Amino acid sequence: MNPALSVIFFTTASGAGYGMLVTLGLAALLGQLPQHLWFSLVTMVVALGLITAGLLSSTFHLGHPERAWRAFSQWRSSWLSREGIMAVATYMPALGFGLAWAFPNLITVPLGIVGVGAALFALGTIYTTAMIYRSLKPIHQWHNKHVVGCYLVLGVMTGAVFVLALSSLFGQRIVYLTPICGLLLAAGLSVKWLYWAFIDSTTASSTPASAVGLSGPNVKVTSVEWPHTEANYVMKEMGFQVARKHATRLRQIAIWAGFLLPAIALETSILLPADLGTWLTIPAALVMAIGIVAERWLFFAQAKHTVTLYYGAGTA
Amino acid sequence: MTSLPAKTDKKLGLVIDLDTCVGCQACVTNCKEWNTSGHMAPLTDLMAYGAEADGVWFNRVHTYEVAGHEACGASSSRTMHFPRSCLHCEKPDCVTVCPTGASYKRASDGIVLVNEDLCIGCKLCSWACPYGAREFDVFEGVMKKCTLCVDRIYNENLAEEDRVPACVLTCPTSARHFGDLGDPNSDVSKLVKARGGADLMPELGYQPTNKYLPPRARKDTAAAMPAPELKPIATDGLLGWVDRLLSR
Repeated sequence: MNPALSVIFFTTASGAGYGMLVTLGLAALLGQLPQHLWFSLVTMVVALGLITAGLLSSTFHLGHPERAWRAFSQWRSSWLSREGIMAVATYMPALGFGLAWAFPNLITVPLGIVGVGAALFALGTIYTTAMIYRSLKPIHQWHNKHVVGCYLVLGVMTGAVFVLALSSLFGQRIVYLTPICGLLLAAGLSVKWLYWAFIDSTTASSTPASAVGLSGPNVKVTSVEWPHTEANYVMKEMGFQVARKHATRLRQIAIWAGFLLPAIALETSILLPADLGTWLTIPAALVMAIGIVAERWLFFAQAKHTVTLYYGAGTA
Repeated sequence: MTSLPAKTDKKLGLVIDLDTCVGCQACVTNCKEWNTSGHMAPLTDLMAYGAEADGVWFNRVHTYEVAGHEACGASSSRTMHFPRSCLHCEKPDCVTVCPTGASYKRASDGIVLVNEDLCIGCKLCSWACPYGAREFDVFEGVMKKCTLCVDRIYNENLAEEDRVPACVLTCPTSARHFGDLGDPNSDVSKLVKARGGADLMPELGYQPTNKYLPPRARKDTAAAMPAPELKPIATDGLLGWVDRLLSR
C-alpha cells in the first residue's frame, strides 16, 4: 500500500497524543500526577496538539475535505466513521481533565475519575483506528490479530515516553514512570516482533489462480500483459514497491530507534545521578519518534493488496 | 446508508466467458465511451496523450498464461484474456467501510453505486475492494466505479435490445452476458450452471454477483486433415526425364 505521509503522521502523532492521555489519566487515578501549572499546561497542549495535528493531517488526503463532517454518519457499519466520532468525543473528557489538572482551584472535579474517562476514550479511539486496518480483508498484513495489539501498545508506549520526557523538562516526577516506560518499550518490541514474524511466515489465502476464478491443484496463472501501459490509480495506491528493497534496513532502524535505544537510554537514566539522568529522557523520546515513524511507514509499505495478484504478484 | 440490504429483489450482474474472450478491448472502449457522459461522468483522463497517461476506467482487460488447467489440453499452457470490473458483490465491504453513506447497494437490483455528492474521497472503499474495481478520480476528488450501466438498462429512450450494459452490447464474441443471477431460470443462471461459472477469490467471502466461466477443456482429438501426399507430377516424356533428373 502507498505509505501516504499524511496517514503515517496521523496514526503516529495522534496515537502518541492519545497514549499521553492514557498515561496521564491513569497517573491521576493513582494520585501520582504532580500539580504544576506549566507542566500540566504544556503537556496537555502537546497531547491535544499531537491529536489535533494528526486529525487535521488525515483530512489532507481527502478528495473533498470540506465534506469531512459527513464521515460521522455511518457508525453502524464503518470503522472510519466510528473513529471520527470517538476522536471528536475524546476532546470533551480530555479538555475537562486538562482544565481540572491545571486549575484545581477553579474546577473541583475528582481528577482521577475524569482522567480515567479521558484514558478510556483515548484507548477507544486508538482501537477504532486499528480496526480500520484490521477489518480490511484484501490486505493480509493488516487483516490479522496482531494489528490491534500493536496499535494499542505502541500508542500507549509513545505517549508514556513523551509524558516522561516532558516531566523531566519541568523537573517533575511521576513515580515508577521510568520503569513503566521500559516495560512498555519491551512490550512494544514484543508485539511488533510477533507481527513481523507473522507477516514474514504467512501469505494471503488468495492466489493468482483464485483471483481469476480458476481452481485445481496444478493451475498456474502468470501475467502476460497489463491492461494499461502506465501505472493507474490502483497500481499507484495499492501496488507500492519501494519498501521491499529497504524493508530489512528500515526494520532495523525501527527496532533500534523505536525500542532498543530509548530503552537503553531510560535504563541509563535510572543509574545516572538524577539531574543528569532526567535529561536523557528527552533524546530518548525524540529517537523513539523517528523509529516509530519508520515502523509505521513499513506497516503501510509492506502491506500487499490482493489486487497486486492481477498484476503479476505471486502472493499477496 | 452503508449497511447492506438483507436481500435484494434481483441480482443483476454479468457472466463473462473466459473461453471466448479474445482480449480485443472493445468492452473497455465502449464502457469508457458510454460512461464518460453517463451516471458517473466524467471518466477523467490525465495526460491522455502524454508519457504518463492516466485516467479512470471501469473495465480493464488483463492477459494471462494459464498452465496446469484442463483448458490447456496436451499443450503446456494457453492464453487467457480476463476482463476485470466491479462484481456487484452480495457482501461488498467497499460499501460497509464508507464513512459517509456515499457508497450503497441497491435493495431493488443489487447494483453497487457511489453518490458522488456525498463522497469525501477518503479512498477507503478502494482499499476494501479485493478486485481493484474502484478508481479514484483525482480531478473530481471522488471515487468512481462501474454502474452496471444503470443509465442504460432501465433507459426507455433506448431501443429494448440496447438496454444492456455497454460492455455486453459491444462484445464481438458474445463473451459477456447480462441478466438476473438471483433468478435460477434466467439465461445467465442457466449458463453459469452449465459451464461451472466461478466466483473470483471466493475465500474472501464477498460473494460476487458476477460470474466467470472458466475456459473449456481443450479437445486434442480433432479430426486429422492432412494435405494429400505429393505424387510425381509426370512419369514419362520430357517432363518425366526432367523430374527424374532433378529428383536424383
